[in-house]
Amino acid sequence: MSQLSTLSDAELVQRCRAGNTDAWNELVERFSRYVYSVCTRGYRLSEEDAEDVFQEVFTRVFTHLDTLRNEAALRPWIAQLTRRLCLDSIAKRGREHATEEPMAEELAADLAEIDEAFTVREALATLSDTCQEMLDRFFARDQSYRTISAELELPSGTIASRIARCLSKLRTELEGRKEGPGGSRG
Amino acid sequence: MTMFDDERIGQLLRVLPPAPEGWVRAAQELPAARSSLDEIVARAEADLAFRQALVADLEAALALEGYEPHRRVVDELKRRFSES
Repeated sequence: MSQLSTLSDAELVQRCRAGNTDAWNELVERFSRYVYSVCTRGYRLSEEDAEDVFQEVFTRVFTHLDTLRNEAALRPWIAQLTRRLCLDSIAKRGREHATEEPMAEELAADLAEIDEAFTVREALATLSDTCQEMLDRFFARDQSYRTISAELELPSGTIASRIARCLSKLRTELEGRKEGPGGSRG
Repeated sequence: MTMFDDERIGQLLRVLPPAPEGWVRAAQELPAARSSLDEIVARAEADLAFRQALVADLEAALALEGYEPHRRVVDELKRRFSES
Protein backbone atom coordinates (compact mmCIF):
# COMPACT_ATOMS: atom_id res chain seq x y z
CA MET A 1 0.00 0.00 0.00
CA SER A 2 1.48 3.37 -0.97
CA GLN A 3 1.98 6.09 1.62
CA LEU A 4 -0.49 8.32 -0.21
CA SER A 5 -3.23 5.71 -0.09
CA THR A 6 -3.36 6.09 3.70
CA LEU A 7 -3.95 9.85 3.55
CA SER A 8 -7.37 11.23 4.41
CA ASP A 9 -9.30 12.92 1.63
CA ALA A 10 -8.57 16.30 3.23
CA GLU A 11 -4.82 15.63 3.30
CA LEU A 12 -4.95 14.44 -0.29
CA VAL A 13 -6.73 17.63 -1.37
CA GLN A 14 -4.11 19.75 0.38
CA ARG A 15 -1.30 17.97 -1.46
CA CYS A 16 -3.10 18.23 -4.79
CA ARG A 17 -3.55 21.95 -4.25
CA ALA A 18 0.18 22.21 -3.63
CA GLY A 19 0.76 20.72 -7.09
CA ASN A 20 1.83 17.25 -5.99
CA THR A 21 1.21 15.05 -9.04
CA ASP A 22 1.53 11.81 -7.06
CA ALA A 23 -1.31 13.03 -4.86
CA TRP A 24 -3.38 13.78 -7.94
CA ASN A 25 -2.69 10.27 -9.26
CA GLU A 26 -3.88 8.86 -5.93
CA LEU A 27 -7.02 11.01 -5.98
CA VAL A 28 -7.91 9.71 -9.45
CA GLU A 29 -7.11 6.15 -8.39
CA ARG A 30 -9.22 6.49 -5.23
CA PHE A 31 -12.32 7.77 -6.99
CA SER A 32 -12.05 6.30 -10.50
CA ARG A 33 -14.05 3.16 -9.74
CA TYR A 34 -16.74 5.16 -7.99
CA VAL A 35 -17.17 7.63 -10.87
CA TYR A 36 -17.08 4.80 -13.40
CA SER A 37 -19.75 2.82 -11.55
CA VAL A 38 -22.06 5.80 -11.10
CA CYS A 39 -21.86 6.43 -14.86
CA THR A 40 -22.25 2.85 -16.06
CA ARG A 41 -24.09 0.97 -13.32
CA GLY A 42 -26.10 3.86 -11.88
CA TYR A 43 -27.05 5.93 -14.92
CA ARG A 44 -26.36 3.20 -17.48
CA LEU A 45 -24.50 5.53 -19.82
CA SER A 46 -22.95 4.07 -22.95
CA GLU A 47 -19.19 3.53 -22.79
CA GLU A 48 -18.67 6.59 -24.99
CA ASP A 49 -20.82 8.88 -22.85
CA ALA A 50 -19.43 7.39 -19.65
CA GLU A 51 -15.90 8.16 -20.78
CA ASP A 52 -16.83 11.77 -21.54
CA VAL A 53 -18.46 12.19 -18.13
CA PHE A 54 -15.55 10.42 -16.41
CA GLN A 55 -12.99 12.78 -17.95
CA GLU A 56 -15.16 15.82 -17.35
CA VAL A 57 -15.57 14.95 -13.67
CA PHE A 58 -11.82 14.79 -13.12
CA THR A 59 -11.19 17.87 -15.25
CA ARG A 60 -13.61 19.85 -13.09
CA VAL A 61 -12.19 18.43 -9.89
CA PHE A 62 -8.72 19.41 -11.04
CA THR A 63 -9.66 22.92 -12.13
CA HIS A 64 -12.00 23.70 -9.22
CA LEU A 65 -10.19 22.00 -6.37
CA ASP A 66 -9.29 25.39 -4.93
CA THR A 67 -12.97 26.25 -4.57
CA LEU A 68 -13.75 23.25 -2.34
CA ARG A 69 -14.33 24.90 1.04
CA ASN A 70 -14.43 21.75 3.17
CA GLU A 71 -11.51 19.55 2.12
CA ALA A 72 -13.03 16.54 3.86
CA ALA A 73 -16.11 16.85 1.65
CA LEU A 74 -14.26 15.64 -1.43
CA ARG A 75 -16.34 12.47 -1.76
CA PRO A 76 -19.80 14.12 -1.65
CA TRP A 77 -18.53 16.82 -3.99
CA ILE A 78 -17.33 14.25 -6.54
CA ALA A 79 -20.55 12.28 -6.09
CA GLN A 80 -22.72 15.32 -6.74
CA LEU A 81 -20.61 16.42 -9.70
CA THR A 82 -20.74 12.96 -11.27
CA ARG A 83 -24.51 12.69 -10.88
CA ARG A 84 -25.08 16.14 -12.34
CA LEU A 85 -22.85 15.44 -15.33
CA CYS A 86 -24.55 12.08 -15.92
CA LEU A 87 -27.92 13.83 -15.99
CA ASP A 88 -26.54 16.46 -18.38
CA SER A 89 -25.25 13.69 -20.61
CA ILE A 90 -28.64 11.97 -20.68
CA ALA A 91 -30.38 15.28 -21.39
CA LYS A 92 -27.93 16.02 -24.20
CA ARG A 93 -28.63 12.67 -25.81
CA GLY A 94 -32.29 13.63 -25.96
CA ARG A 95 -35.05 11.09 -25.91
CA GLU A 96 -33.36 8.49 -28.13
CA HIS A 97 -32.12 6.57 -25.09
CA ALA A 98 -35.10 7.33 -22.90
CA THR A 99 -36.05 3.69 -22.48
CA GLU A 100 -32.59 2.87 -21.14
CA GLU A 101 -32.77 5.45 -18.37
CA PRO A 102 -33.09 3.80 -14.98
CA MET A 103 -36.29 4.40 -13.06
CA ALA A 104 -35.93 6.78 -10.13
CA GLU A 105 -36.31 4.09 -7.47
CA GLU A 106 -33.96 1.72 -9.21
CA LEU A 107 -31.42 4.52 -9.68
CA ALA A 108 -31.61 5.51 -6.02
CA ALA A 109 -31.04 1.89 -4.98
CA ASP A 110 -28.10 1.50 -7.35
CA LEU A 111 -26.48 4.74 -6.19
CA ALA A 112 -26.97 3.75 -2.55
CA GLU A 113 -25.31 0.41 -3.26
CA ILE A 114 -22.40 2.14 -5.03
CA ASP A 115 -21.93 4.38 -1.97
CA GLU A 116 -22.00 1.32 0.27
CA ALA A 117 -19.48 -0.39 -1.99
CA PHE A 118 -17.20 2.64 -1.73
CA THR A 119 -17.25 2.30 2.04
CA VAL A 120 -16.20 -1.33 1.65
CA ARG A 121 -13.36 -0.23 -0.66
CA GLU A 122 -12.22 2.27 1.96
CA ALA A 123 -12.11 -0.50 4.54
CA LEU A 124 -10.29 -2.73 2.05
CA ALA A 125 -7.62 -0.04 1.65
CA THR A 126 -6.66 -0.49 5.31
CA LEU A 127 -5.78 -4.20 4.84
CA SER A 128 -2.43 -5.56 3.72
CA ASP A 129 -1.42 -5.25 0.07
CA THR A 130 -1.78 -9.02 -0.27
CA CYS A 131 -5.36 -9.01 0.98
CA GLN A 132 -6.27 -6.01 -1.17
CA GLU A 133 -4.81 -7.72 -4.22
CA MET A 134 -6.44 -11.05 -3.50
CA LEU A 135 -9.94 -9.71 -2.88
CA ASP A 136 -9.78 -7.22 -5.71
CA ARG A 137 -8.70 -9.84 -8.21
CA PHE A 138 -11.29 -12.37 -7.14
CA PHE A 139 -14.32 -10.13 -6.68
CA ALA A 140 -13.85 -6.84 -8.56
CA ARG A 141 -11.81 -8.23 -11.47
CA ASP A 142 -13.62 -11.56 -11.50
CA GLN A 143 -10.41 -13.57 -11.86
CA SER A 144 -10.41 -17.33 -11.33
CA TYR A 145 -8.36 -19.14 -8.67
CA ARG A 146 -6.14 -20.40 -11.47
CA THR A 147 -5.43 -16.89 -12.81
CA ILE A 148 -4.77 -15.48 -9.36
CA SER A 149 -2.51 -18.39 -8.56
CA ALA A 150 -0.53 -17.93 -11.78
CA GLU A 151 -0.22 -14.16 -11.57
CA LEU A 152 0.68 -14.01 -7.90
CA GLU A 153 2.80 -17.17 -8.09
CA LEU A 154 0.94 -18.84 -5.24
CA PRO A 155 -0.11 -22.49 -4.94
CA SER A 156 -3.64 -22.76 -6.35
CA GLY A 157 -4.77 -24.82 -3.38
CA THR A 158 -4.18 -21.92 -1.01
CA ILE A 159 -6.16 -19.26 -2.89
CA ALA A 160 -9.59 -20.09 -1.45
CA SER A 161 -8.35 -20.13 2.13
CA ARG A 162 -6.43 -16.88 1.64
CA ILE A 163 -9.53 -15.21 0.22
CA ALA A 164 -11.57 -16.45 3.18
CA ARG A 165 -8.98 -15.10 5.65
CA CYS A 166 -8.87 -11.72 3.92
CA LEU A 167 -12.67 -11.53 3.82
CA SER A 168 -12.74 -12.20 7.52
CA LYS A 169 -10.27 -9.35 8.14
CA LEU A 170 -12.34 -7.06 5.96
CA ARG A 171 -15.51 -7.98 7.83
CA THR A 172 -13.79 -7.22 11.13
CA GLU A 173 -12.64 -3.85 9.79
CA LEU A 174 -16.17 -3.01 8.61
CA GLU A 175 -17.70 -4.05 11.91
CA GLY A 176 -15.19 -1.83 13.72
CA ARG A 177 -16.27 1.10 11.56
CA LYS A 178 -19.92 0.43 12.28
CA GLU A 179 -19.31 0.42 16.01
CA GLY A 180 -17.23 3.55 16.17
CA PRO A 181 -15.15 6.17 14.37
CA GLY A 182 -11.72 5.56 12.94
CA GLY A 183 -10.23 4.24 9.78
CA SER A 184 -12.31 6.40 7.47
CA ARG A 185 -10.48 8.51 4.93
CA GLY A 186 -13.31 11.03 4.85
CA MET B 1 -24.65 -1.06 5.83
CA THR B 2 -26.85 -3.53 7.63
CA MET B 3 -25.06 -6.86 7.20
CA PHE B 4 -21.44 -7.82 7.00
CA ASP B 5 -21.64 -11.43 5.92
CA ASP B 6 -19.04 -12.56 3.42
CA GLU B 7 -21.52 -12.95 0.60
CA ARG B 8 -22.69 -9.35 0.89
CA ILE B 9 -19.13 -8.04 1.15
CA GLY B 10 -18.27 -9.99 -2.00
CA GLN B 11 -21.28 -8.53 -3.80
CA LEU B 12 -20.26 -5.01 -2.82
CA LEU B 13 -16.67 -5.54 -3.95
CA ARG B 14 -18.07 -6.54 -7.35
CA VAL B 15 -19.99 -3.26 -7.59
CA LEU B 16 -16.77 -1.30 -8.11
CA PRO B 17 -14.73 -2.91 -10.89
CA PRO B 18 -11.72 -0.96 -12.11
CA ALA B 19 -12.37 1.79 -14.64
CA PRO B 20 -10.67 1.23 -18.00
CA GLU B 21 -6.94 1.83 -17.62
CA GLY B 22 -6.83 4.36 -20.45
CA TRP B 23 -9.48 6.50 -18.80
CA VAL B 24 -7.64 6.51 -15.50
CA ARG B 25 -4.34 7.33 -17.18
CA ALA B 26 -5.89 10.20 -19.14
CA ALA B 27 -7.36 11.65 -15.95
CA GLN B 28 -4.02 11.28 -14.16
CA GLU B 29 -2.31 13.13 -16.99
CA LEU B 30 -4.57 16.15 -16.60
CA PRO B 31 -1.99 18.30 -14.77
CA ALA B 32 0.51 17.74 -17.59
CA ALA B 33 -2.17 18.29 -20.23
CA ARG B 34 -3.28 21.48 -18.51
CA SER B 35 0.27 22.73 -18.38
CA SER B 36 0.68 22.01 -22.13
CA LEU B 37 -2.56 23.81 -22.82
CA ASP B 38 -1.42 26.96 -20.99
CA GLU B 39 1.92 26.87 -22.78
CA ILE B 40 0.32 26.41 -26.21
CA VAL B 41 -2.14 29.25 -25.64
CA ALA B 42 0.63 31.56 -24.44
CA ARG B 43 2.72 30.72 -27.50
CA ALA B 44 -0.22 31.18 -29.84
CA GLU B 45 -0.85 34.62 -28.39
CA ALA B 46 2.77 35.64 -28.86
CA ASP B 47 3.54 33.93 -32.18
CA LEU B 48 1.22 34.71 -35.08
CA ALA B 49 2.68 32.02 -37.37
CA PHE B 50 2.18 29.36 -34.72
CA ARG B 51 -1.37 30.56 -34.15
CA GLN B 52 -2.13 30.41 -37.88
CA ALA B 53 -0.70 26.90 -38.08
CA LEU B 54 -2.90 25.82 -35.17
CA VAL B 55 -6.01 27.30 -36.75
CA ALA B 56 -5.20 25.67 -40.12
CA ASP B 57 -4.58 22.16 -38.75
CA LEU B 58 -4.53 21.88 -35.00
CA GLU B 59 -3.42 18.26 -34.60
CA ALA B 60 -0.70 18.53 -37.23
CA ALA B 61 0.67 21.77 -35.74
CA LEU B 62 0.76 20.26 -32.27
CA ALA B 63 2.50 17.12 -33.51
CA LEU B 64 5.02 19.21 -35.43
CA GLU B 65 5.91 21.14 -32.29
CA GLY B 66 6.23 17.96 -30.24
CA TYR B 67 3.14 18.38 -28.08
CA GLU B 68 1.33 15.27 -26.92
CA PRO B 69 -2.12 15.51 -28.56
CA HIS B 70 -4.28 14.83 -25.48
CA ARG B 71 -7.86 14.69 -26.68
CA ARG B 72 -9.10 17.11 -24.07
CA VAL B 73 -6.31 19.57 -24.85
CA VAL B 74 -7.22 19.43 -28.52
CA ASP B 75 -10.93 19.89 -27.73
CA GLU B 76 -10.21 22.80 -25.41
CA LEU B 77 -7.95 24.49 -27.96
CA LYS B 78 -10.60 24.08 -30.66
CA ARG B 79 -13.13 25.65 -28.32
CA ARG B 80 -10.88 28.57 -27.47
CA PHE B 81 -9.93 29.26 -31.07
CA SER B 82 -13.52 29.09 -32.23
CA GLU B 83 -14.45 31.68 -29.58
CA SER B 84 -11.66 34.09 -30.49
